[in-house]
Amino acid sequence: MHAIEVRNLVKRFGEFTAVKGVTFDVDEGEVFGLLGPNGAGKSTLIRMLTTLMAPTSGTATVNGFDIARQADSVRRSIGVIPQAMTSDTELSVRENLLIYAKLYGVPRERRNRLIPELIEAVELTQWADQQVMKLSGGMRRRVEIARGLVHEPRLFFLDEPTTGLDPVSRVAVWEMLRRIKKERSLTILITTHYMDEADRLCDHIAIVDHGELKALDSPIRLKASIPGKNVLEVSFVSAPADWQARLEALPHVEGVTERDSVFRIATDNGPVTTQALLEAASGAGVTVRSLSVQSTTLDDVFVHYTGRALRDALQEAPTHDFSFITRR
Amino acid sequence: MARMWAIIERELRRFRRSPTLIIVSLVFPIVQLVVLGYAFGGNVKNLKVGVVDQDHGLPAVRIRELAGAVAANARTFQTVPYADPGTALTDLRDGRINGVLTIPPDYSRRVLAGDDPRVALIEDNTDNFVTATLAAAMGDMVGALAQPVATTERVSTEPTLDVVEVYPYVPYIQYLLPGSVVMSIFMMVMIGGGIIFIDDKARGLHEGYLVTPISKFELIAGFNLSGTIKAVMAGIVLMTIGSLIAGIPDPFAPLRLFRLLVVIVVTAMALISMMFLIMVRVSDPLVPRAIFGVLNTLLYFPSGAVYPQQGFPQWMRAIAVVDPFTYAVHAFKCLLLKNTGFGAIGFDLLYLSVFSVIAMSLATRLFRRTL
Repeated sequence: MHAIEVRNLVKRFGEFTAVKGVTFDVDEGEVFGLLGPNGAGKSTLIRMLTTLMAPTSGTATVNGFDIARQADSVRRSIGVIPQAMTSDTELSVRENLLIYAKLYGVPRERRNRLIPELIEAVELTQWADQQVMKLSGGMRRRVEIARGLVHEPRLFFLDEPTTGLDPVSRVAVWEMLRRIKKERSLTILITTHYMDEADRLCDHIAIVDHGELKALDSPIRLKASIPGKNVLEVSFVSAPADWQARLEALPHVEGVTERDSVFRIATDNGPVTTQALLEAASGAGVTVRSLSVQSTTLDDVFVHYTGRALRDALQEAPTHDFSFITRR
Repeated sequence: MARMWAIIERELRRFRRSPTLIIVSLVFPIVQLVVLGYAFGGNVKNLKVGVVDQDHGLPAVRIRELAGAVAANARTFQTVPYADPGTALTDLRDGRINGVLTIPPDYSRRVLAGDDPRVALIEDNTDNFVTATLAAAMGDMVGALAQPVATTERVSTEPTLDVVEVYPYVPYIQYLLPGSVVMSIFMMVMIGGGIIFIDDKARGLHEGYLVTPISKFELIAGFNLSGTIKAVMAGIVLMTIGSLIAGIPDPFAPLRLFRLLVVIVVTAMALISMMFLIMVRVSDPLVPRAIFGVLNTLLYFPSGAVYPQQGFPQWMRAIAVVDPFTYAVHAFKCLLLKNTGFGAIGFDLLYLSVFSVIAMSLATRLFRRTL
């Protein structure tokens, strides 16, 4: 059985379509990642699935409940960590969990057992009675994770859980999520714009851009689905006009793209192509300025399916800012 | 209902940790009560009146003596003698004196001839309070001059008015207290309810609640009741401190305290319901701050808290009719100044209760369960 089934889900804000007929399934027990830049439609999608927003058209079921017709049952069966920090900073870690346990109607005996257990699971026992405002960003995220699990949901939604955290805190959150998922047999749907996060955490990744699903598979298969096992990034002091065509003719090369005078050469045999490249450059009197050989990354996958690098997409301001609409 | 209590518990735990909020909500009404109460409550004294005697006859001397008596006793004004009216008028225009009493050259002759004798008071009428006080004091003085020195009649043939006051003298600070109690409730409703509600919304805190199975009614009722509890606390504190400052007689009589508590609760519910109705669709944190002052003026002043409503123009009376402050202030006046029972405030309680139910029903209807 699928934990989530999404069929042709559409969300329009006036003339703008934020989510354009997305279809996918999430299996029980897996970590499913929605990968894309800001404004790609990831948060809108997660808000529809968590009943915070009504879809314009299409259907979706979460834990077998229809998001439009059985919203309350959906809410009871899921844990949600929204993108914004939603813990009460004036309250302590324990109080935050207590209030949410009550909001979910968790009986007293169960919450008395669960709250200390969850605080320990997110390694905050020492700070249990500390006000959240006195904790670091990473610790606050851990409070939110514990809070989202206070009613023992089967399915956990996390909207960019590590945005704004330093690299050390990010890794700590990943490890915690992996451990909690294993201990509690959770299904997790996570949105992120961090390639390494998606690569390390997710069983399946859906690449989302401009409200569309561009690709969906496991990280390994996604990487295997694009040309080349390796990518050579090389720049030259003065490359002749037909240089790209000559690079494409090198052995094992499956594709060459050029941007800002940097050539990205996809190859299924990095060492052989590198050797041939250096010989070709030497023979043509072209000086190599820089050269690096990498394995295919999710960034390459993103470039392949969307035509742009994720780091570039992240720097682009979203064309439509819906924060003012979604908060109404 | 358990979820509603969770919202109340959360709000009250936060409130307990925000002493600044409590202080800010109480300081303004107390300061206003004290400053306005003492500023407007006293009699105007020590005004300066220039006296220009162009007559120098015996009746003119009598006027000067009477003016001197007022200056020495009631001290409403002090007299400053002037030799010529030109200098006196120049000083009046320059603000050195507040009025000029002119005794014309033929005053004594007209008094003796019984030929409509007149004195003139020239006033700086840019200040209505000063003008009214001066005119009243001079009017009394001239009226005293007109009285015969002795009467031979044992029984007066003219009708006279005896004024009997039902209640002890009410100083202006006591008159202001009911409005200040309502103001403290309103301040807590706005700061502890409206502003925090919208700030939480803007910070995304509401997203956290909306993904839980809490219903619209439980959410609004939770916010309303927690806001009411906070506002009731503010009202009780202000009523206690204010009663002591204003010198309300026997302020802690148990029955009166009970009645006051009922009015505070009903008022707090009405104002918090009104606030949620206004804020239910607002998401910009600037809005509650921007309308705070406007609402305060629009509700407080037409309520009769500082001035009787009978003196208002028609449009302002129309506001007063629907203004919940009006009924709350009336109820507090009855209890604090007259120590009446529920009979005198029944309509006030009914209006405030109906107002609460309507406002809360509308707010719940308008509240969106989704973003």
